[in-house]
Amino acid sequence: MSQADLTLHGHSTAGAMAEPTFSVPAKKMAMWLFIIADTATFAGCLFAYGFIRNASQNWPRPFHSITNVAVMTLILLTSSLTMLVGVKAAQAGDKPKAFRWIMITAVAGVLFAALHLREWMGMIAEGATLFHNPWGTPLFSSLFFSITGLHLLHVTGGVVALIVVGVRYQGGRYKADDIEITGLYWHFVDLVWMFVVPLVYLLNLSH
Amino acid sequence: MHDMSAPAAHHGAPTSFIRKHVFSLDHKVIGKQYYALALLAALIGMALSWIMRIHLGWGNFAIPGLHLLSSTGAPGNVLTPEYYLQLMTMHGTIMVFFVLTTAPFAAFGNFFLPIQTGAEDMPFPHFNMMSFWVTFVGFWVLIASFFVGDGPTLGGWTQYAPLSAIGSVGGPGQGLGVVLWATSIAIFCIGQLLGSLNFITTTLDMRCKGMSLMRLPLTAWAWFITSVMGLTAFAVLMPACILLILDHVAGTSFFVASNLVINDQVLPHSGGSTLLWQHLFWFFGHPEVYIAIVPGMGIVSHVLITNMRKPMLSHRVLIYSMAALAVLSYMVYGHHMFVSGMNPVSSLAFSFPTLVITIPSTIVVLMWLGSLYGSKLQINSASLFSLGFISMFISGGVSGFFLAQPSIDIMLHATYFVVGHFHLVMGVAAMFGIFAGTYFWFPKMTGRMMSEPLGKAHFWLSFVGAYCIFMPFHYLGIAGNVRRYQAFTDDYLIPLIPVHKFITIAALITGFAQLIFVYNLIYSRFKGPVETDNPWQGTSLEWSTATPPPHNNFGATMPVVYHDPYQYSVEGASSDFVMQTSPEKINNPNEEK
Repeated sequence: MSQADLTLHGHSTAGAMAEPTFSVPAKKMAMWLFIIADTATFAGCLFAYGFIRNASQNWPRPFHSITNVAVMTLILLTSSLTMLVGVKAAQAGDKPKAFRWIMITAVAGVLFAALHLREWMGMIAEGATLFHNPWGTPLFSSLFFSITGLHLLHVTGGVVALIVVGVRYQGGRYKADDIEITGLYWHFVDLVWMFVVPLVYLLNLSH
Repeated sequence: MHDMSAPAAHHGAPTSFIRKHVFSLDHKVIGKQYYALALLAALIGMALSWIMRIHLGWGNFAIPGLHLLSSTGAPGNVLTPEYYLQLMTMHGTIMVFFVLTTAPFAAFGNFFLPIQTGAEDMPFPHFNMMSFWVTFVGFWVLIASFFVGDGPTLGGWTQYAPLSAIGSVGGPGQGLGVVLWATSIAIFCIGQLLGSLNFITTTLDMRCKGMSLMRLPLTAWAWFITSVMGLTAFAVLMPACILLILDHVAGTSFFVASNLVINDQVLPHSGGSTLLWQHLFWFFGHPEVYIAIVPGMGIVSHVLITNMRKPMLSHRVLIYSMAALAVLSYMVYGHHMFVSGMNPVSSLAFSFPTLVITIPSTIVVLMWLGSLYGSKLQINSASLFSLGFISMFISGGVSGFFLAQPSIDIMLHATYFVVGHFHLVMGVAAMFGIFAGTYFWFPKMTGRMMSEPLGKAHFWLSFVGAYCIFMPFHYLGIAGNVRRYQAFTDDYLIPLIPVHKFITIAALITGFAQLIFVYNLIYSRFKGPVETDNPWQGTSLEWSTATPPPHNNFGATMPVVYHDPYQYSVEGASSDFVMQTSPEKINNPNEEK
């Protein structure tokens, strides 16, 4: 649905339009606005997390090692880098190279999601659910699964977007601009994770 | 000259009935759809307030047919205490979300923002269509709660936890009713986010040649500022609603504290925070107040300028003041929570910006009054409702100075004083903004004029009526009349019942006056006198296109703008108004570039 809009109403369609303010075409601006709104959403969730964490008596610290989250973070950070290479290639007009790097980025996203789900499964096997966990106040797992789940949803959506946009770019339907816009979203997902890691993981490491 | 070769219609004019009138991509049709939805919602909300008012004045009065709405909620056609609260909740939710947000912002904004900026349409028409239909679904999800389970929720439009989060043990409607409420509002948020996205990109990216930001009319600025608020405010309410739903359906306990005892039972929840809901809700809730009122400020300024035949004292100061309201609206939300048990230091921290926000509000009012002073205002329904807006905004705003201070607010917070305050300043004022916009733009939207005598009758009955309803609320509040009581049986409240009876009579009469408006709207739509393209001799772009505007708003030639939006009574000009599209050279030192 919206994909059709995105291709039709880019920079070049304006007939007697004035130059866009700050030279940002509507599509890219819409992505920035989405990122602003989504930032508010994540900020609301992280605020809720901090508020309840401070108000709770027996807040658990169930994480024993940072290995898994460090590997996940490394993968996600690297994927931002591969995305950057893909965007640069697209802007330089090198289609095969851009496509290759976008797909590598998508694979990194899948890898991240797989590791994340493995971690979830491990916690669920230890008895954690959305409303209960063996370590302390039940709200720990409510918030943990809500926040990381929201982020995982964004990663999943990002992987789908990367594949769709990448394939259609390869097919000539999308332009380099669309790759860049998808990249904006991907970097944002990465940036959110950089807030989730210290707040949700590192603060809850057992001593 | 500009390039006239390819106005490049973003989407061709639709041919099928469905694309033309139902799933339309045309911002003008979507605007009308929003207006119709808001009108329906307003009538339902008003009917609910009538039922409540009759119950408050004459507690045992049987309203014929009421049991059809709910046989358990109104046995023998008399409201139960719980059902009174359920109707009150629905009145508030419907009015705030589906009337005060949709009509001045989504309805008029959709219709006129692209035209006033000189755009062919919004940049993302599919998002725009989704925005309406998502809102439409949200509305019916809310209405559905009347007819399922034990009726709608009774928690009030603010849905304070823990009552909203503990499930059916909290009373009728607290189970399924709350889930439907939260679902409806979450859906509504998505709709408004899509709308905001379109409004902002339209304003920044779709302006025609010559239309600099400062040459945008005040209405366009008001919608732009509102959509910036909407973008972040609704993005926080949505996850809050989802957490609330999780508390109901997934067994979490975000908003319910440990060891809560209800009806002699300890609830199984543990660990959550009741105050968290208030923080998340009011972080949205206070900007929402300005989302409701700022479009009205824009409409009123636009209407008054056209009828005064001169611009406001300062175009820029009005814009900057509205922007200041938007920024400050995020910093003041805690003033709703002075009696919530929040740390008193926080109360002080929220009280200060609340007093600061009165400064831009006052500047806006002084701009209006100063510009009106000495002007020869043409009196018609639109300008009368604009004056009414200013009057209501001042009357309701003055009590805000008192409520902003924790020491006074603690006494008045849970009373009718607050109810009177917000009904005047955001309820009635925003409604008057909607009316002013309707009388003013109706000829552009339909090609016909509304009846002036009926419009004036509507104004005077509404104006006097609104004061008769809401001024006594302040008196009741100071006398200690608590909010949300369905009957007044305490010794100190019984003497106040005659005041309630007076208010009820005023509410019934004022409500019937609104039916004059509905009649005028429908009659004029089909039988009103046909009007020219520019009946008010306005200058902004909506008056330079045909009536009704063609599919791409301006036909074969896109407009080029040469002047700022309000060139009235310019010395040496060929007429008393110079349209934005007129290439005429004028000598006005104050003109925006």
